[in-house]
Amino acid sequence: MLPENGDKPVPVMTRNKHAMFVSMLLASIVVLGGSVARAEEPVTVSITIKDHQFEPAEVHAPAGKPLSIAVKNLDAIAAEFESDSLHVEKVIPPGREALLHVRPLEPGRYNFFDDFHRATHGFLVVP
Amino acid sequence: MLPSLVIVFREVFEAGLIIGIVLAVTTGVAGRMRWIVGGVSAGVLGACIVAVFTSGLSQLFHGSGQELFNACILGFAVLMLGWHNVWMARHGRELAAEMRAAGAAVVEGSKSLAALALVVTIAVLREGSEVVLFLYGVAAAEGGASFGMLIGGFIGLILGALVCTLTYLGLVTIPSRYLFGMTSTLIALLAAGMAAQAIAFLEQADILTALDKTVWDTSWLLSDSSFLGRALHTLIGYVDQPTGMQLIAYAATLGAIAVLMKLFSATSEPRQQAA
Repeated sequence: MLPENGDKPVPVMTRNKHAMFVSMLLASIVVLGGSVARAEEPVTVSITIKDHQFEPAEVHAPAGKPLSIAVKNLDAIAAEFESDSLHVEKVIPPGREALLHVRPLEPGRYNFFDDFHRATHGFLVVP
Repeated sequence: MLPSLVIVFREVFEAGLIIGIVLAVTTGVAGRMRWIVGGVSAGVLGACIVAVFTSGLSQLFHGSGQELFNACILGFAVLMLGWHNVWMARHGRELAAEMRAAGAAVVEGSKSLAALALVVTIAVLREGSEVVLFLYGVAAAEGGASFGMLIGGFIGLILGALVCTLTYLGLVTIPSRYLFGMTSTLIALLAAGMAAQAIAFLEQADILTALDKTVWDTSWLLSDSSFLGRALHTLIGYVDQPTGMQLIAYAATLGAIAVLMKLFSATSEPRQQAA
């Protein structure tokens, strides 16, 4: 807009620098997003809750892969699937199934529980 | 009785910390109790509504309704907290000077009170809806609300109110000339923590997958599930295993609030000096 006024045109170099900076920023975002965004399909682990028990109470999942946990609540009352180490918490109404996305995991043992019934717990093993 | 006591206390505890901070922040502002009590009441009502519609809510957006809802109301709370801080940076001194004089400052002050009342509403709504769902579940399982459940819930509520009172009393012992800076910092950290938590919900819903790797792990030092970890999680957004995106959201929120506070307090100064 300034060049149109005539008195103080922006030097071409500066404009180019700006354009370069912006395009580099955009490019880095695309590269960053692209490299981090998954190409692979997430592994899904299924768990059901019945009579305040996880079934199975021990599940396995591969390391370093995106993971989805499908939790079906077969009880007549709501449950809250929660895990501090997996960083998820979700209320599951009676008779419903919930899908939780978990970030790629390091090998280890991850505890999960029903926040509404703390005695109900299980764990995820990542070999 | 014990399960309902524990659950109610755990949920009320988090809301209690936030209400305690809001009470301390608004110390001396006329009409604040009306706003805060209104905020809590609206939160309780909202919690019941959310609890009733949880089943429907969960099914929205391909099963991500709950996460989107949580992320949205957290995002809204972040905006309200940020706005409050910016507003205080601009008007805080005038407000302090005219605190007891019922005048323009109080009318203006009510805008900021409304923002904080909404934050209280959101805190109560989020924690409260879980309490309602849990208690409803227990009542349904036992074929009606039992006496033990109600007593447990009531004691949990009282203990939560105690947390709120202690937070408030602890903060107001800070000398008033430090209180403003202290509460502004607390509000900014609270906002940053909520922003990071909103990110966690979006990650859980698989809406946000960029930079979702754990950056560091301090669970050996202080676990999220410990009492202190939980308190710090609510207060300053402590997470023992943050993702890259959570850290960015946290830093961006803090940065944005700090810059806006500086910007607005700076522009208002010359005007005050001229007047």
